[in-house]
Amino acid sequence: MQSLRLRPMHGYALVKHIKQVSENLLQVEEGSLYPALQRMLKAGWLESETGTSAKGRPTRIYRVTAAGVQHLEKEVTSIEKMFTGITRVLAVAKT
Amino acid sequence: MRWLSQLFSRNRRYDEVSASIREHIEERTEELIEEGVPRDQAGQTARREFGNVALIEERSREVWQWATVESIAADLKLVLRRLRRSPGFAATVLLTLAIGIGANTAVFSVLNCVLIRPLPYPEPQQLVAMRLNAPGAPGLTDFRDELRMSASMYLTFAAHNHSFQSIGVWLPGTASITGIAQPEQVNTAVITDGVLQTLDVPAAAGQWLTAADQEPRGAQRVMLSYGYWQRRFGGDPGVVGRTISVDSQSRVIAGVMPRGFKVVSYDFDLLVPAAFDPVKEILAGFAFHGIGRLRPGVTISHADADVARLLNVWMDSWTNGPGTDPHWYMKWKITPAFQPLKEQVVGSIGNVLWVVMATIGLVMLIACTNVANLLLVRADGRQQELAVRSALGAGRWRIARELLLESVTLGLLGGVMGLGVAYGGLRLLTAIGPENLPRLSEISLDGLSLTFTLVLSVLCGLLFGSVAVLRYAPSRQAVPLLGAMRTASVSRERQRGRNLLVVAQVAMAMVLLISAVLMIRTFHAMHNVDPGFSDPKSLQVMRITIPETLIRDPQTVLRNQNSIQDKLAAIPGVSSAGFAVSVPMSGAEPNWDGIQLEGKNYEGEQPPLRLFNYVSPAYFHTAGTRFVAGHDFAWSDIYSLRPVAILSESLARDLWGSPSGAIGKRFREFPSMPWHEVVGVVQDVRENGVNQTSPATVYWPSMMANLYGPGPLNARRTAYFALRSGRAGTQTFINEMQRAVWSVNANLPVAAISTMQDIYSESMARTSFTLVMLAIAGTMALVLGIIGIYGVFSYTVSQRTREIGIRLALGAQKSELKWMFVRSALVLTAIGVAIGVGSAAGLMQLMKSLLFGISPLDPLTYVAVLLVLAVSAAVASYLPARRAAAVDPVDALRAE
Repeated sequence: MQSLRLRPMHGYALVKHIKQVSENLLQVEEGSLYPALQRMLKAGWLESETGTSAKGRPTRIYRVTAAGVQHLEKEVTSIEKMFTGITRVLAVAKT
Repeated sequence: MRWLSQLFSRNRRYDEVSASIREHIEERTEELIEEGVPRDQAGQTARREFGNVALIEERSREVWQWATVESIAADLKLVLRRLRRSPGFAATVLLTLAIGIGANTAVFSVLNCVLIRPLPYPEPQQLVAMRLNAPGAPGLTDFRDELRMSASMYLTFAAHNHSFQSIGVWLPGTASITGIAQPEQVNTAVITDGVLQTLDVPAAAGQWLTAADQEPRGAQRVMLSYGYWQRRFGGDPGVVGRTISVDSQSRVIAGVMPRGFKVVSYDFDLLVPAAFDPVKEILAGFAFHGIGRLRPGVTISHADADVARLLNVWMDSWTNGPGTDPHWYMKWKITPAFQPLKEQVVGSIGNVLWVVMATIGLVMLIACTNVANLLLVRADGRQQELAVRSALGAGRWRIARELLLESVTLGLLGGVMGLGVAYGGLRLLTAIGPENLPRLSEISLDGLSLTFTLVLSVLCGLLFGSVAVLRYAPSRQAVPLLGAMRTASVSRERQRGRNLLVVAQVAMAMVLLISAVLMIRTFHAMHNVDPGFSDPKSLQVMRITIPETLIRDPQTVLRNQNSIQDKLAAIPGVSSAGFAVSVPMSGAEPNWDGIQLEGKNYEGEQPPLRLFNYVSPAYFHTAGTRFVAGHDFAWSDIYSLRPVAILSESLARDLWGSPSGAIGKRFREFPSMPWHEVVGVVQDVRENGVNQTSPATVYWPSMMANLYGPGPLNARRTAYFALRSGRAGTQTFINEMQRAVWSVNANLPVAAISTMQDIYSESMARTSFTLVMLAIAGTMALVLGIIGIYGVFSYTVSQRTREIGIRLALGAQKSELKWMFVRSALVLTAIGVAIGVGSAAGLMQLMKSLLFGISPLDPLTYVAVLLVLAVSAAVASYLPARRAAAVDPVDALRAE
């Protein structure tokens, strides 16, 4: 969603984008991506529009909505908190 | 609403998903080609990397679906398709259910309208019937189940009570309307102030009668019923304020009551003010129905106590004339026993309706059992399919859901068809139902009835569906997999389920048949009772009232009645004619009092109350009531006021030991009356219906010296004329009768024209109605039971063909084999019968009040029904058994 926030993309572009940005650390399963996109559409966090792919063929472009941004920020905060927590616990465990 | 728009945008979403995925794969393919992978290989690799396209599409689509609902819908589609594929099964089940549910809905609608729905008055829970008991008045219960109110009681209670918003008394009666077209006799309700206030239904036109109309010397206007207004005045709104002649007295029409309004359950034509004159009223005259509307928060027991207190005020305030003791009524132990008005309206019909409802409910259960059986057989056929599904991981609930869905769908479809049956059934029921069924006109299919149908349909579906579910859904490990059924017979456990159904059916059929047969025996017993009159078909009856405003002098009234009787007797084909104040079972208001015998001292004791009737010479001969001793009155006796009387046989025996012993004995009603001599004794007459005991009756001459009120004579102004003729009941005969009456006085209307047979049948209507309903239910139960037993056994035989083949191959005798099946049917029947007899004996105690002349435990009935059931079970099992014996072992075992 963070990726889509930067730039509305279609499915394949999104997979490639995440792969590149995370330098192959994160691999998005197509099997979970499409249902997940649909769930976010249903929840109103995304909207889809007709667009063209990198090769110039018509496809669906996904864009984050205002409600999506709000939700994203909440999630990011909670993920960051979780990471902070995990890091601290790990740090203590190391010493 | 969002889910709705989602539902419609769904197909677009699905397309989008497909498009995205297609693009995804194509883009990846092109990338691979750019990387130098050959084209065909690139497409494959891209697709392999992506995974299962169909699955991912489906998962993505599922986001937009209601998983449960849609899978149920899919199941439903499957169920319907399966039903369509076996039309025979579907038709059998649906027809059974439609008839069962339809009959139940129809009977429930009647029950609902008569017993459950509130009376059609505002705040009906405040309405009470002011019923009085008088346990100290001996003999009263022979002809009345309560003590009605007198005018003086009403005046006292209305003035001094603290419990009621309003009270009123009323009396059904008749009046002659003249001056419109032909003279016409209409039904009146004589009402006091307070009756309309209590019932609280506003007038449809004009206004209510007011207190001013109750002035004995006031204007005394009248009100019309909606029906009479339409019938006689064509619904003319200008009728208010017009004058009509009621019993030859001019009265102004004050208003019209709305459609459907009745005084309690009495359908009147005209409301006439009672206009009591407090100066003339005495303690006695217990003729009026009392009704009251309780103040909010006041209970019936409060009102009882309040009025019990007022009984003393009543005795202190009024008298029966000089020289009488007003507190004499203390001996009667009058006690208020008020009851909700609805209870009085419904009366004892509630009993009949509950019995009929229970009966029809039992038939429904039997029908459900049969359907359950069919479903079991069907599920048996699907056993392998279910086993495979279960093995492939279908959950228990999933299979149960599908089985239940099938049965509930059947139930609901049956329910829809049942509504049609119920509609027809209701029309039939209102047609054959007793005419005196209270609230008959209110009967309809309403929301509650529809809810009942729905609930019943679903419940039935669940009931017979759960039998199959219990059998097949529960245990995954117990479901035999493919091939396990090849050689074995049916497992003991599954056979037990069907056996239970047979036992239940036999037990229920037993109960229904016993109740039906007991009703038939009751009907028979009632027909064999001598009602005290002969050949009711050829006995024509009509009522003529000569109002005081038309002919004042009692002697002239008698002469007119005498001439009418002679003219009627002179009609061709009439063998005799006579009249009496009341004919049996006509529901005429009875007159009653105690009588005192000559030479007996009544100090401190009160004689029992006796029913009074007043007759003309030749009345008994016309009605076919036999003289047991003595002779009839002569006209000369009546004109000369000879103090003579005729007694009923039971009264004569009661007083003087024998009918002939009573002849020549004398008695009187009260001290100022001359001693009356018994000149005749007639056989007992079933005045209140053939199933009621004959009341002890005194027959007085139709004109007597007047010892109560003004004038020296007292003639009976309302009388039922009876004619004996083979032409009774025909229209030409009725026309001739009317002309004969009008030749004596053209202003006399003729009312209540019927044959004695009509009156007689009407008095038996409740019994015949119950009989017809129970007979239908009993027959249905028997037929369904036989079909059930036959179905179970023929299925068993078909399942056990291999076993039978083996038995035969091992040398079993065919007759033994047949007997084996018949025996097991008889064993099941015996168990069912034992249970049925037990339940019937219990249930019949509830039906006791509907029975007459027969014990609820009548052994003949029980044995007869038992034999019928045993023979039916034997036949029903013999047919499949014969088929079993005809099995060729070679054929049966060829498959092995």
